[in-house]
Amino acid sequence: MRKNKLFPAFFMMLLIFSTAAWPDDAEDNYKNYCWQCHGMSGDGMGLNVQDMSVQPRDHTSAKAMGGRSDADLFKVIKEGGLAIDKSVLMPPWGDSLSDDEIHDLVKYLRKLCQCG
Amino acid sequence: MKYLLLFLGFTFASATLADDGMAILQKRCANCHDLSGPAAQSVQALWQRKGPDLFYAGSKYNREWLEKWLVKPRRIRPAGYHYIQHIKPGKKRDMIDAATLTPHPVLSSDKAEDVAEALMKLKAPAEMMGAAAFKGGSISVSFGEMVFDKFNGCMACHEIEPGYGGLSGPEVYTAAKRYQADYLVSFISSPQAWNPKTPMPNKHVAEPNIQKIVQYLQALAKENWDEKK
Ligand code: HEC
Ligand code: HEC
Ligand code: HEC
Repeated sequence: MRKNKLFPAFFMMLLIFSTAAWPDDAEDNYKNYCWQCHGMSGDGMGLNVQDMSVQPRDHTSAKAMGGRSDADLFKVIKEGGLAIDKSVLMPPWGDSLSDDEIHDLVKYLRKLCQCG
Repeated sequence: MKYLLLFLGFTFASATLADDGMAILQKRCANCHDLSGPAAQSVQALWQRKGPDLFYAGSKYNREWLEKWLVKPRRIRPAGYHYIQHIKPGKKRDMIDAATLTPHPVLSSDKAEDVAEALMKLKAPAEMMGAAAFKGGSISVSFGEMVFDKFNGCMACHEIEPGYGGLSGPEVYTAAKRYQADYLVSFISSPQAWNPKTPMPNKHVAEPNIQKIVQYLQALAKENWDEKK
């Protein structure tokens, strides 16, 4: 009984005193950060593509995504296109996402392309 | 003595203006804008905010712009706030779902002055602003555009003139009218210090280039866009 009453209070304290940003799940992160260019369905046809000189990758295509290892995908998400000799238009997300969140996104991308 | 009275009178007047402004903010603005901070700490919490945070307004906006815009607001983010709530799939790409965008509430010029007075008192905590400062100087629009677009890929999400550029972020051709130069330097060097879950990435632009970008934004803001639209 006692424990049950204390738990919510403890949880509230955590809520109030935690200053670090919370980890989010891959689907929410994909919507918040990636939709703008890679599109609502991940096919590379996002809101922003009209005036972009290099088109975002189609994440639903096994052909476009299959050649990359998980380590490559992790690197390009964290450090951006330039880090793998690709376009500067693919941004680095290392300040927005933790390593754990990026690993989750790599798994999410594998589901989108149904490859690997 | 006369001066003291004048001084007291002045501080009193400005304090009541700000009080009136704060009352309006609480009543008419707080349901969409956060006035006390901190910024959203999760993506879901960010999506629940119906407008940009205003709890650091005094460190962000140019007062003159605020007073004008509140009387005659016009869209700043082509796809609204938050962009994911105002788009739909289209034939060639995702499109802005205009039916979901609503006009911004309008204030009378008296009220706008009170509100601006109150907003300018809301300063950012020092850790948000950091040591960033604009050092002055100027640059041509064409060289500035190279730094902004070619070298750093900022145009992917930002329009650099009406109808040209990305749509998920705010238009930048009026950014220097809206925002203080030091804020621009600080935000570009660390968007996450201001808003940990902002869809804008930290592109780690080298400091001298951040200065050039802000010079470019100032050059853009000098053009008369309303006439060109
Ligand atoms: C500003 C637009 C933009 C945003 C936002 C964006 N990307 Fe990209 N992305 C691109 C572009 C453009 C390319 C293609 C780069 C090229 O081919 O040179 C790309 C390519 C990629 C690739 C393939 C890289 C390769 O060659 O193997 C992956 C993986 C990727 N993006 C993941 C993501 C993820 C995950 C997010 C969200 C966290 C994201 N992108 C957000 C523009 C964007
Ligand atoms: C129904 C929700 C709503 C209400 C109520 C509302 N706003 Fe807003 N406000 C928004 C949205 C959404 C934006 C973004 C508009 C855009 O980008 O075009 C915005 C933008 C702003 C901006 C510019 C922010 C920026 O950095 O671009 C200011 C300043 C502002 N609002 C002040 C106010 C004030 C003052 C009030 C009260 C009188 C108010 N708002 C009431 C939703 C609201
Ligand atoms: C992936 C899309 C994206 C890219 C790339 C991007 N931005 Fe942004 N930017 C945004 C969004 C979204 C916002 C709105 C921030 C918010 O509401 O949290 C923004 C806001 C801004 C603002 C205004 C700050 C404010 O508070 O409204 C400036 C100035 C800016 N960006 C400059 C840049 C510069 C310079 C670059 C290149 C180094 C850049 N942006 C690259 C998406 C982007």
